[in-house]
Amino acid sequence: MTNTAGSGGSVKLKIQGVAKSFGGVRAVTEVSADVQEGEIFAIIGPNGAGKTTLLNMISGFYHPDEGSLMFENHDISNMRPADIAALGVARTFQNIALFRGMTVLENMMLGRHVLMKTGVLSAFLYWGPAQREEIAHRERVEEIIEFLNLTDLRKTPTGSLAYGLQKRVELGRALAAEPRLLLLDEPMAGMNQEEKEDMVRYVLDVNQEWGTTIALIEHDMGVVMDISDHVAVLDMGAKISQGTPDEVRADPKVIEAYLGTTDHKEVA
Amino acid sequence: MFHRESGYFKTTYQADMALFPLPIGRVAIAGLAVLFFVVFPIVMDDYYLTLVNLAAIAVVGALGLNILLGYTGQISIGHGAFMSVGAYTAANFAVHFDLPFWITIPSGGILAAAVGLLVGLPSLRVKGLYLAIATLAAQFIIEWTLNHTPVISGGVQASIEMPRPVVFGNTITTPTEMYLFLLPISVLAIIATLNLVRSRIGRAFVAIRDQEIAAEIIGINVYRYKLLAFMISSFYAGVAGVMATYYYGVANYEAFQLPISIDYLAMIIIGGLGSVLGSVFGAFFITLLPFGVRIFMETVGVFFVEGVYLAQVIAQMRLIIFGGLIIFFLVVEPEGLNKLWQNIRNYFRVWPFSY
Repeated sequence: MTNTAGSGGSVKLKIQGVAKSFGGVRAVTEVSADVQEGEIFAIIGPNGAGKTTLLNMISGFYHPDEGSLMFENHDISNMRPADIAALGVARTFQNIALFRGMTVLENMMLGRHVLMKTGVLSAFLYWGPAQREEIAHRERVEEIIEFLNLTDLRKTPTGSLAYGLQKRVELGRALAAEPRLLLLDEPMAGMNQEEKEDMVRYVLDVNQEWGTTIALIEHDMGVVMDISDHVAVLDMGAKISQGTPDEVRADPKVIEAYLGTTDHKEVA
Repeated sequence: MFHRESGYFKTTYQADMALFPLPIGRVAIAGLAVLFFVVFPIVMDDYYLTLVNLAAIAVVGALGLNILLGYTGQISIGHGAFMSVGAYTAANFAVHFDLPFWITIPSGGILAAAVGLLVGLPSLRVKGLYLAIATLAAQFIIEWTLNHTPVISGGVQASIEMPRPVVFGNTITTPTEMYLFLLPISVLAIIATLNLVRSRIGRAFVAIRDQEIAAEIIGINVYRYKLLAFMISSFYAGVAGVMATYYYGVANYEAFQLPISIDYLAMIIIGGLGSVLGSVFGAFFITLLPFGVRIFMETVGVFFVEGVYLAQVIAQMRLIIFGGLIIFFLVVEPEGLNKLWQNIRNYFRVWPFSY
């Protein structure tokens, strides 16, 4: 399944010549890429290549020094993270950022914050509009909990869950916002084979059944090559290659970046 | 068994989200309501009712501070100052415009909330100890302003005499009437807080406390919600200030100085941060403990010390025991009286088959 899901759609996220430096360190330089609607777009590259910096710019933690980021028809280059989230961009973190004292359920209800409207006064009253809204959103959250096979853990504090489960809950919290663009920062890092397979299945299901556009960073090349429609390769902050997994795999520049020599003719 | 979860199956989300899902909870609340609204006013003498009145006022203030510090994680050492804003607002409204309590109380809260919004502004930039100092400064600034602005504070020793509240045509005079006037306000505050913290807004507060970055990424406008927390907290403080003013019969900034702010911090820390019940426990504990210790000392002290020194010894020992008990409870359960209560409850949840 290469290049089919994404080819028909419009551009969901347009990255145009973005650059970001921290002091003298140029973390990202002149990166451009288009994420097509409905595709799985992978960003790969060696450590320190600027992948997470790029993701942080998309979600608004950093603002690009140069270039622009367009999500659908909005210029999100200088928007605050909360506003970008409200537009329909959700993400997970490389090192899990769950609310550890809260239950799985509460974490996911928080994921729906942007979709809920209850104001201060109706919150104080609760009975009536606020409660109706809680119940309506709870129903949707329960569907996600079921989808992720977390039903028996819904009232467990997330801090006491195993690492792999925490990753899954964080995915659930992002999904609860019903994003149109989902950013995943190393969703499979540190997982065993079984957990990875589960996670891959969830990511594919989300992409195919809900039509959610996904941009992900991942180090597991097997996974990336299997599930992505397009892959962008970063090295030293610059994009050195982009294309379908097959094209990228054959690109000598990618091989050089990963293996550090120019002599290799063939890499499996 | 009526006190355990087993055997009670929830069939709707509404039932799952109820404040008191078990019959025992509802029975206990009904029992407490009868106790506080019927039994206490009848059996308690004026002295004890006066004490409970003080605690009822403290409950509202403590709830407010707990929303800010316990739930949202933003510290404030200026809580007393917000109370004084409410107090002077209500006193001026009542004296100059002859407004009834059901207008003075909310308006005191609203003006305190407006001041709270201003004081909360530094929280957008600074955290923790730095915010503590910023709010400490606010405490002194507000105190000084009230003391030196005759337009607000009436001039002579900055105090305004407060007319007695009139409820349904009856003027509140006795401690029993005052008790029945103040208690419903506290109950309303407790219910409102319980609702707030289980709503979207309460969850957003806790999210900011636990993980500010994650809160931002799921779409919570951290700036707005921090200011909202300051405003709600100050609103409660303002209402508590109005209650205190009705209770004392006078609005005076001296009743809301720094030690009061510290008292409120002590209440929610001992009661339990991030807990509604803890706020109530803490308010009663800190308000009643000095009196409890005094009664204890007067009873026991007679056997050890003779005559004229008794009063002095009691005065000294009272503070020592008060401080000692605070330390004792913090050592026994750093998470507060609410955690102690939770532990007891969890024990009985499975009792008598606790294995």
